[in-house]
Amino acid sequence: MQSIADLTAATPALAALAPRHLELIAGCGQMAHFRADEPLFRVGEPAGRFYVIRRGSVALELAVPQHEPVTIETLHDGELLGWSWLFEPHRWMFDAHALEDTSAIEFDGACLRGKCESDHELGYQLMRRFAAVLTARLQATRLQLLDVYGGHRVR
Amino acid sequence: MAAIASAELYGPMVPAPFRVVARRQDTADTWTLLLEGPAPLPFRPGQFTMLGAAGCGEVPISISGDPDDPSRLVHTVRAVGAATAAICAAEPGRALGVRGPFGRPWPIEEIEGADVVIAAGGIGLAPLRPAIVRLLACRERYGRIVVLYGGRDPAQLLYPGELPQWGAEVTVDTAGRGWRGRVGVVTKLIDRATFDPASAVVLTCGPEVMMRFAVEALLRRGVTADRAYVSMERNMQCGIGHCGHCQLGPTLVCRDGPVYTWEELEPWLAIREL
Repeated sequence: MQSIADLTAATPALAALAPRHLELIAGCGQMAHFRADEPLFRVGEPAGRFYVIRRGSVALELAVPQHEPVTIETLHDGELLGWSWLFEPHRWMFDAHALEDTSAIEFDGACLRGKCESDHELGYQLMRRFAAVLTARLQATRLQLLDVYGGHRVR
Repeated sequence: MAAIASAELYGPMVPAPFRVVARRQDTADTWTLLLEGPAPLPFRPGQFTMLGAAGCGEVPISISGDPDDPSRLVHTVRAVGAATAAICAAEPGRALGVRGPFGRPWPIEEIEGADVVIAAGGIGLAPLRPAIVRLLACRERYGRIVVLYGGRDPAQLLYPGELPQWGAEVTVDTAGRGWRGRVGVVTKLIDRATFDPASAVVLTCGPEVMMRFAVEALLRRGVTADRAYVSMERNMQCGIGHCGHCQLGPTLVCRDGPVYTWEELEPWLAIREL
């Protein structure tokens, strides 16, 4: 059976971390399992954790009053879920639920923030990787906002 | 007697009458028409016809049918203007004018042996459908065939019955709770797709912004610009390189395209006025 450190090392977004840092991060992680349709978190709740999806898929949703919830993005094997643990006020901005039976590594945000405060090299390496994920998500969101398929193609 | 294309029957400037034999609504604004003409219309995947409704104008529409069945001309058309609205409204029995087929096709025969990545967005799947059908009909001649398709929302996806047969990975920009598939941009599919970048050939069609982001994602994976093919759209009028309406850099899209390599196209796409 693979350790949390091994599983963390195999996560593309957390690749190439030093073994020392992997051990520190893994020390804040545990396995979590969700049944299909089970919520992972809801908007406004304290965001004290983040996830690396091992197997399965998770939908990020925004509740729209008087309408059904809108799925903003789905996340799948190997992807990071959640960065509200990093920034004040540490509250979830969206709802998330499993689309199918899903396994993930759940990391304790307060535990990791504490380790980053006492080891700034770990903090820098982790922030670099989260910044890359944030940048990719921001670019994807901008592309979605363009609504390119709703334009005026003539075909 | 050998099959005679309509272009040979009437010349490239004279529309041949093709009768609508079936019509299917694909999405709120998109229809697929099945047409029969005075003779079979052989074509190569990626080519287009100039399709017209009497009194409403003529527009370039990519052929979306099976290239091995030239007896039936299939077009998937999105109603965005007067001509396309009239074409989409054509009931079975009505005649439409057809010129062509025109244009440079996808390089289906030239890429045998390679992994093939098809990246389509929105109605851009229609010009790629003949390529997919042909590739899968000759499955043993190619490596991996990866079909990636992005759409606006689940109700806007084309050919939903065929996507599973093609093994297509599908994503949409937004969805309600009833959708169990992926939500996100099509470039995310590219990042996760399994293919050999060193040998893969890419065929992509969709909104120009989507194609640019898709090709950039493919180049990051290691695909070279001379093996990334895109299908372009411009204001075509004559279809045979005479009128110049569809000029793009030193090329005419109707004659030299619509299929180009990214290597050919990139210098001209960087010029905003084009």
